[in-house]
Amino acid sequence: MKRFIGFIKKEFYHIFRDRRSLFILFGMPIAQILLFGFAITNEINNVDIAILDHSKDATTEEIINKIAASEYFSIKQIIEQESDIETVFKTGKVKAVLNFETDFSKNLIKDHKATIQIITDATDPNTANTISNFVNAILQTYQKGLNKEVTIVYQIVPESRMVYNPELKSVYMFVPGVMTIILMLVSAMMTSISITREKELGTMEILLVSPLKPIQVIVGKVFPYIFLSIINAIVIVLLSIFVFKMPVQGSLFLLALESILFIISALALGILISTISATQQTAMMISLMGLMLPVILLSGFIFPISSMPLPLQVISNIIPAKWFIIIIKGIMLKGVGIEFIWKETLILLGMTVFFIGLSVKKYKIRLE
Amino acid sequence: MKTILYIIQKEFKQIFRNKGMLPIIFVLPLLQLIILSNAATFEVKHIKFGYIDHDHSSTSRALIEQFNASTYFDVLTDFPSETMASSAMLKGDVDVVLEIPDYFERDLQNEKHNSLGVTINAIDGAAAGVENVYVTQIVQGFNEQLKVDLFQVSDAYNQAIRIETIPLFWYNETLNYKTFMVPGILVLLVTMITLFLSGMNIVREKEIGTLEQINVTPIKKSEFIIGKLFPFWVIGMGLLTIGLLIAKLIFDVPMLGSLLLMYVYTSVYILVVLGMGLFISNFTDTQQQAMFIAWFFTVIFILMSGLFTPIESMPKWAQILTEFNPIKYFVEVMRMVMLKGSGFMDILPQLLKTLLYAVLMNGLAVWSYKKTT
Repeated sequence: MKRFIGFIKKEFYHIFRDRRSLFILFGMPIAQILLFGFAITNEINNVDIAILDHSKDATTEEIINKIAASEYFSIKQIIEQESDIETVFKTGKVKAVLNFETDFSKNLIKDHKATIQIITDATDPNTANTISNFVNAILQTYQKGLNKEVTIVYQIVPESRMVYNPELKSVYMFVPGVMTIILMLVSAMMTSISITREKELGTMEILLVSPLKPIQVIVGKVFPYIFLSIINAIVIVLLSIFVFKMPVQGSLFLLALESILFIISALALGILISTISATQQTAMMISLMGLMLPVILLSGFIFPISSMPLPLQVISNIIPAKWFIIIIKGIMLKGVGIEFIWKETLILLGMTVFFIGLSVKKYKIRLE
Repeated sequence: MKTILYIIQKEFKQIFRNKGMLPIIFVLPLLQLIILSNAATFEVKHIKFGYIDHDHSSTSRALIEQFNASTYFDVLTDFPSETMASSAMLKGDVDVVLEIPDYFERDLQNEKHNSLGVTINAIDGAAAGVENVYVTQIVQGFNEQLKVDLFQVSDAYNQAIRIETIPLFWYNETLNYKTFMVPGILVLLVTMITLFLSGMNIVREKEIGTLEQINVTPIKKSEFIIGKLFPFWVIGMGLLTIGLLIAKLIFDVPMLGSLLLMYVYTSVYILVVLGMGLFISNFTDTQQQAMFIAWFFTVIFILMSGLFTPIESMPKWAQILTEFNPIKYFVEVMRMVMLKGSGFMDILPQLLKTLLYAVLMNGLAVWSYKKTT
């Protein structure tokens, strides 16, 4: 036991001696969560659009003013002919062009009908679709104003209540995701490197001939990083509460336990990576290239999992981050207790046991 | 010149000798391109939908039938009570719950006006907004149908003024997300591989101690750096080529613009990334430090590149920060050239900025590289 404590002490020394890494370890998550919490959003506002007005009459002017007044759009350019549409799109200056037909007002009075083309740059389908919806909504309101005296019978009105996030803030969606990514990547990367580093520098041999058991070496390697990651997790949670005003509806204690579980599973994954790679370079490339994009894309952090094709939905189940995101959203935003998330917790626990088991089995006490 | 060739030869040998790295450099990124491009979609479909029907009338059933018929909603459950519904929502089994009040049909007949309770799980605010739009659309459609079924279409309705909108989705009529994402993800993969490899390369020699041996040879600073970076430049261009082939053959992404232009831009862009890698290499002592720094910048560059979330939605200060993000320019250029067929003049601003960046980064890197330790 004393030997083991000595070993852990050595690991702590290693970490604390390398000031630069330490600074990066603590500074980066803070910088990232602040940056992303404020900057990442898929709310759409202030989209630059252009206007192509063939009639230039009172009605079109009124509509254009309505659109300019909305927070969603800012009119960047007025163009005069159809051929200009192509040009403004190609340079990427605007995302949409509103094309008013000729004799707009006249048609409206004569036929009770007039047309506007909403031409969107659909290389970004989401923005294009949203722009089109927003323009429609503005026009609907305008139209209602014109049709005041016409009563419409039989009206069912849906009254929507947005629960858990009444103001539809995208921070609620992204902060749990960013927290997960940071914990996952930092933890997995740190451990995977620390073991392969000993291999590469040749000090692994010394550890192997020591009377420490393999499990002691692994636990001793991981222990300091559990400690560091917990500090990281605490900082992130504090930031999300005080800076981003995220509520913690559920129990803080449960949140802490679940975070520790997730950290351990990420660290275990890191050990597994280190046992299968010979150099730090390989270990890092696996934990960076292999983990970064799948974790960002398949965890439900940015893109909803339910919209993915079925095979990917199945694959997403093996990403630990997916389960942790469900858990933190549940605890922080929905305020659920363990009775609602025991399934996710068990899955995470199972993964952790699997990772640890596999790496103990793969851990070689001889070097080739 | 001959010295450079030897260094390049040495580097290539080192890369290809490490059998563990080869699949990571070539197979992993392309596999990710093929698989993950399918994951990146903001489309909202298969919404988990449940309802509470207090009325049990023909009208309420007809309304639910409308949701059943819609492709957006997966109608899952009929909840007997509100508590059951809210518990299902807590568990995450259902995201939208529609509540039809008592005497819905009767009140509608009498008052010609009635309301429905809709509860939406809004943690994902953007999706919730879309779900709300879908619900409203279905209810509106139902309103229209009621009018036709129960009433003669009133003359007043015909008199109403209508402004018709025709949405035209240029460059991507079917709103296909893969068309949008594949070029972007390709950019990421090329960037990540070249940055990580170059960032770790020199620091590795430092850590193992072989850098000292190179430093005492008569190799010039510039020869050494060019020799070190050239192989990664080749790897980056190779990845781009295979990635473009995948984009064309598997995803059928349109390639309207000139391929040459894409290659010209990429060749400049990779220089920026390599310069960054080298710069990181010079300022760190261990591979671990180098990786952390590279990782930090990649995550920031990726998430602020406009690849997944639009840059225009960011606050002003963040938009200004993205001006320093090389990935942003690369993503923009790839999308412009591939999907819109933009020409040389259209991407000139991006190209110039990238070029300036490349000169700056590499200048700094060469300047900070010291042959003495």
